[in-house]
Amino acid sequence: MNIWIAILVTAVGCYAVKLAGLLVPAGVLERPLVRRLAALLPVALLAALTAQQTFADGRVLVLDARAVGVAAAAVALVLRAPFLVVVGAAVVVTAGVRALGG
Amino acid sequence: MTSAGSGLTLLQTCALSLLVFTGASQFALVGALAAGGGPFTAAAGAFFLGVRNAFYGLRLSQLLALPRAVRPFAAQWVIDETTAVSLAQPGRRSARLGFVVTGLSLYVLWNVTTLLGALGAEAIGDTAAWGLDAAGPAVFLALLAPMLRSGTERMVAGLAVLLGLGLLPVLPAGVPVLVAALAAPVVLWARGRRRASRGDAGEGEL
Repeated sequence: MNIWIAILVTAVGCYAVKLAGLLVPAGVLERPLVRRLAALLPVALLAALTAQQTFADGRVLVLDARAVGVAAAAVALVLRAPFLVVVGAAVVVTAGVRALGG
Repeated sequence: MTSAGSGLTLLQTCALSLLVFTGASQFALVGALAAGGGPFTAAAGAFFLGVRNAFYGLRLSQLLALPRAVRPFAAQWVIDETTAVSLAQPGRRSARLGFVVTGLSLYVLWNVTTLLGALGAEAIGDTAAWGLDAAGPAVFLALLAPMLRSGTERMVAGLAVLLGLGLLPVLPAGVPVLVAALAAPVVLWARGRRRASRGDAGEGEL
């Protein structure tokens, strides 16, 4: 039930901001500071989420096979690999390190 | 793929893709729920990630000049890709066409792959054994990488990582990510102050 609540709240919220952009007269959101903040919010959130999903086990920080996998994804990104290759590199390397007992 | 691995049913996974249809928010919601976050903290993080779509809508509404009655239907397709394609078109006609074609094809493709991914994940079973738990952070990293254009973005990302990891052991699940979002206004404020103290009001990085 909690998951359905979360899905519906997110769906309504995300639809509302999309629609707001189309309906609000230009100028209200067009201020440079507001624009800049909206561009930086995803950067902060994605960085925090990446770090947590790499190093968190519940509420404890750990260094395990995932870190090696995500590092492989980072290398793939630097080499400008396509999206699926980046994600695939993380999965394969993580599984490989686990298989080796890491 | 990532969502079915973290406790969502097939139906929930597909509903999420159909109703939310903005990738980063979907992955964030699933990640927060999997980490034990409450429904509202999880939704808040996903919502903040979706706020950028409002700014896409702002540019698109001028570009496409949609009638008011059409806007509620067009809104669901206001995402990174449709905006990029529409803005790259030379005229209004081709911008409208680009918006509709990109929106429709991505909407169908995204939801079909979600269904296939969820079916596949059900068949695989324990996702961690295959290293699939590393897919989530890899997806976030791939979304984040193109945004790290200047020093300001990198400072925000660095501060957000410190906040997100440092607060993890002390705050309830899902909350550290929301606090980490504060890295954006904090860095903007610090940069603004530094620029003001240098006394140049010209074209800085801001």
